Amino acid sequence: MWLFLARRIGLAVAIVAVAVTLLYSMIHAVPGDPASVILGPRATPEMREALRERLGLDRPFVVQIGSFFGGVLRGDLGTDIVRDRPVADIVFAQLPYTVVLVLASVGWAALVGIPLGCFSAVRRNSLADRIIGVLSVSFIAVPYFAVSIYALLIFSVGLRWFPSMGVGEPGDPLSQARHLVLPAFAVGLSWVGYIARMVRASMLEVLGDNHVRTARAFGLPERRIVFRYALPIAVLPTITILGVGVGYLISAAVFAEIVFSRPGIGSLLFESVGQRNYPVVMGAVLVTSVLFVVSTTLADLANALLDPRAREKL
Amino acid sequence: MAADEIPVAPRRADGFLAGLRRLTRDGMGLFGLVAVLLVVLSAVFAHQLAPFDPTRIMVGPRLAPPSAEHWLGTDQLGRDVFSRVLVGGQVALQVALASIAAAVSIGLGLGLLAGLGPRWLDNAILLLFDTVRSFPVVIFGLAVVTVLGPSLTTVIFVVVVTSIPTYGRVARTQTLAIKNNEFILAERAMGAGTGRILRVHVLPNIIGPLLILASMDVPVVITIEAGLSFLGMGVQPPTPSWGSILNDGFSYIRNTPWPVIAGGIPLILTTLAFTFLGEALRDTFDPKLRRDL
Repeated sequence: MWLFLARRIGLAVAIVAVAVTLLYSMIHAVPGDPASVILGPRATPEMREALRERLGLDRPFVVQIGSFFGGVLRGDLGTDIVRDRPVADIVFAQLPYTVVLVLASVGWAALVGIPLGCFSAVRRNSLADRIIGVLSVSFIAVPYFAVSIYALLIFSVGLRWFPSMGVGEPGDPLSQARHLVLPAFAVGLSWVGYIARMVRASMLEVLGDNHVRTARAFGLPERRIVFRYALPIAVLPTITILGVGVGYLISAAVFAEIVFSRPGIGSLLFESVGQRNYPVVMGAVLVTSVLFVVSTTLADLANALLDPRAREKL
Repeated sequence: MAADEIPVAPRRADGFLAGLRRLTRDGMGLFGLVAVLLVVLSAVFAHQLAPFDPTRIMVGPRLAPPSAEHWLGTDQLGRDVFSRVLVGGQVALQVALASIAAAVSIGLGLGLLAGLGPRWLDNAILLLFDTVRSFPVVIFGLAVVTVLGPSLTTVIFVVVVTSIPTYGRVARTQTLAIKNNEFILAERAMGAGTGRILRVHVLPNIIGPLLILASMDVPVVITIEAGLSFLGMGVQPPTPSWGSILNDGFSYIRNTPWPVIAGGIPLILTTLAFTFLGEALRDTFDPKLRRDL
């Protein structure tokens, strides 16, 4: 187990290191240098030179990337060229909004998806099971930003049930919750499908297991068998899959934030791409991919803890 | 469709027709096939079917609701939305076709290399795959747009790079599974080179799963194209795309719902159709793949 832990964490660190190098090289492979792209065509050569110096672009590439890595290790992601503030401050100020949105989405998706999957497995091949199956695939396939737009159109513009912009009044949890409903609905919808499918499949497997057969032989009521002996085991693989799902959730959250004008990493990134604000783009991408790598690593570790067979795969 | 049905003795598929019959036996597979055919036909003949020039700005009514003349209404510049939706479908399918073809070929090449090459190369390629997968697609897309600028080429580049790992991993796993078989060893002993083994044994076994994966990737790619175009980071005006129609409509969502409805419904129906078809294809031809993903 310790060997697995060390190797898995080593892999995670290697992935982040390669990712940073790739991103950094990509930005430097731009035709024309970043300084002139940022300043636009009307900049004087002196202005360009000054910005190049400030961004450290006049130094050799290896030195630049070395100092960037050094900075990252110290928690310094560079300086925002538009607002002249540390990138780390800006990114970490936005991060909680995205994390709350992602957690709320996963939360409601699990609350709906697990019972649906469980019901499907218990009543397999019934009409209800088929309908839930088709719905699950549809939820997974529908483009998440289209869900955001239609949720806004129907429930906000049309019915006026929920607000369409922002995160609500600071210090007023009720207003904040109301602002969270539609974005979380849009981000979580496809996960209702994923979770229902996963739970159904693993539930069917567990219901065929020996311990369930034994429980049946002892004459335990079906309800007790399902909820006490089968479901707790059937839910485990779903939890580990959620780690890998964080990437998709973040992508969906980007659109939900833009459609509902919510602050967060997605809005920040969108705005910074428009301004060609490289340091902020780099910082935001780095933080989200670290978040993603950490959650997949945690999911793998949880999986290894629960299932010894998974430890040998790496 | 259900994995728990009592297995019937597998009959060999008697060619194309038998496969088609099994594929359409299930209602969703039939819906997928018919809808995909309709979408592909309307995309191929988009310019012939479009009643108006999709990029012509007309003096007529703006943001008009559907009427006999403009079936899906007009947008904020007076352009015919129905014509734009048709041509937008063509753009979406072109992006999907071009980028999936490129991703399958590159993924296949890298997967074979990882499966057949030395251990260090295998590890290096796997690390590269894992790294690419550590970026959420949209985030990666936005980062690439910052560097390359928004365009159709950028969208294709993003899709190709982010989908290579999926194909590469499947190609690698299948290669490894075949490589260590005894009949390969026997053939090597009889003097067969790597080229012959690749051509006769490895490739035919990899192509099937890769093509099924590719068919399931179509809705994903269409979603990415539409998503980036919705953000204004994909297909550039005046070329219509379902994403940019949604983007235009979204700016006027409080005035009229029609452009948003007209841009979104074809997108949703198309992704659903390709997903149902892809699932039916997989369940019909390669049920094992379900577990590998």
